[in-house]
Amino acid sequence: MSDDHSHLSETELRVRSLETLLVDKGMVDPSALDALIQTYEEKIGPQNGARVVARAWSEPDYKAWLLADASAAIADMGYTGRQGEHMYVVENTRQTHNLVVCTLCSCYPWPVLGLPPTWYKSAPYRARAVIDPRGVLAEFGTEVGADVAVRVWDSTAELRYLVLPQRPNGTDEMSNDELAGLVTRNSMIGVEVVGAP
Amino acid sequence: MNGAHDLGGMHGLGPIEAEADEPVFHHEWQRRALALTLASGAMGKWNIDMSRHARENQPPEQYLRNSYYQTWLVGLEKLLLAADLVTAGELAGGQSAAPLPDDLAQRVLRAEQVAGVLGRGDQFTMDDEITATFQVGDRVRVLNNHPTGHTRAPRYARGKCGLVERGHGVFVFADENSKGRDKPVPQHIYSVNFPARELWGADATPNDCVMIDLWDGHLEAAD
Repeated sequence: MSDDHSHLSETELRVRSLETLLVDKGMVDPSALDALIQTYEEKIGPQNGARVVARAWSEPDYKAWLLADASAAIADMGYTGRQGEHMYVVENTRQTHNLVVCTLCSCYPWPVLGLPPTWYKSAPYRARAVIDPRGVLAEFGTEVGADVAVRVWDSTAELRYLVLPQRPNGTDEMSNDELAGLVTRNSMIGVEVVGAP
Repeated sequence: MNGAHDLGGMHGLGPIEAEADEPVFHHEWQRRALALTLASGAMGKWNIDMSRHARENQPPEQYLRNSYYQTWLVGLEKLLLAADLVTAGELAGGQSAAPLPDDLAQRVLRAEQVAGVLGRGDQFTMDDEITATFQVGDRVRVLNNHPTGHTRAPRYARGKCGLVERGHGVFVFADENSKGRDKPVPQHIYSVNFPARELWGADATPNDCVMIDLWDGHLEAAD
């Protein structure tokens, strides 16, 4: 990391200055900062949600539980915590395609998906998901038939939504690990579907 | 507030630029901005609704120009100043002029506490036994209120009618909680189904809808 201040943006300088101040004051503990970063950069991510989906695909009882009480079913797999206290799973079917957004900020189910991608938090997605969801889906290469109803979930409160994508064909013989490997982050937000392997 | 953050339905913002295999962070300063925000929250001087308002409360051109973590930085600076945790002089100079008061020193988040704190999450539900104003199947209208402070009722839904599809029980009312008063206000939350044509007019797709989570305080009976 260069110490040449002429290369550091104003924002970088402001953040560095703020960190220096807060550490100096004893308000933040540097090793806690590292632990926070590590949690979201390395430990928590969409691989969690993929395991939830894989289990729902292979175990009908778990799927029923997930749809009836997502918080409990997801907690059963150890995925709990901040920004996932009140989970709700919405199932994609032949008749219904679900899409999740937070138009007002960036609310997202951190324990199962990690931190949201930049596009999810940016103005274009937040603006268009509610008014032109089919256009948004098309931009991600996802086609939804005219006979399918699109339901867009605007995460305005503290309920956090996870899409249960449809299980693709040709996966009957797959283990849970293999199934989880198919499930993309984008399919659990609802902008994409899970393609056949 | 009717700010630029209330983006639902806005036109002219261009394509959604999704980066393939995007890393969690692009720059070191973003990591620090996230961590500083979460760690500072341990002081207990603000709640999540106050922090959302601090971020959204920017002039429109500033909000739209700032990147996500720039907005987090703006929000954090505001929250720290408003809570008297730092002074403007300290913020400008990057050096502490006074130590942390003892009562706050006890609250500092330690590394070994991080997993537990994050894993426990926050408390948003309330035990208050209040009767739900609305039932599943009720037709409701979003109140046409335009508060200057924080609200979770998006502009695109105000005055619009929908059907209550699900009740979620009693939660802290975010709009009130953002004012930072001691006692949270308990209200029922509902997932309300708004047909696309109700929101966007006759050209909208007939079988599409937007589900919005709204509190008692956002709704009135419609019929």
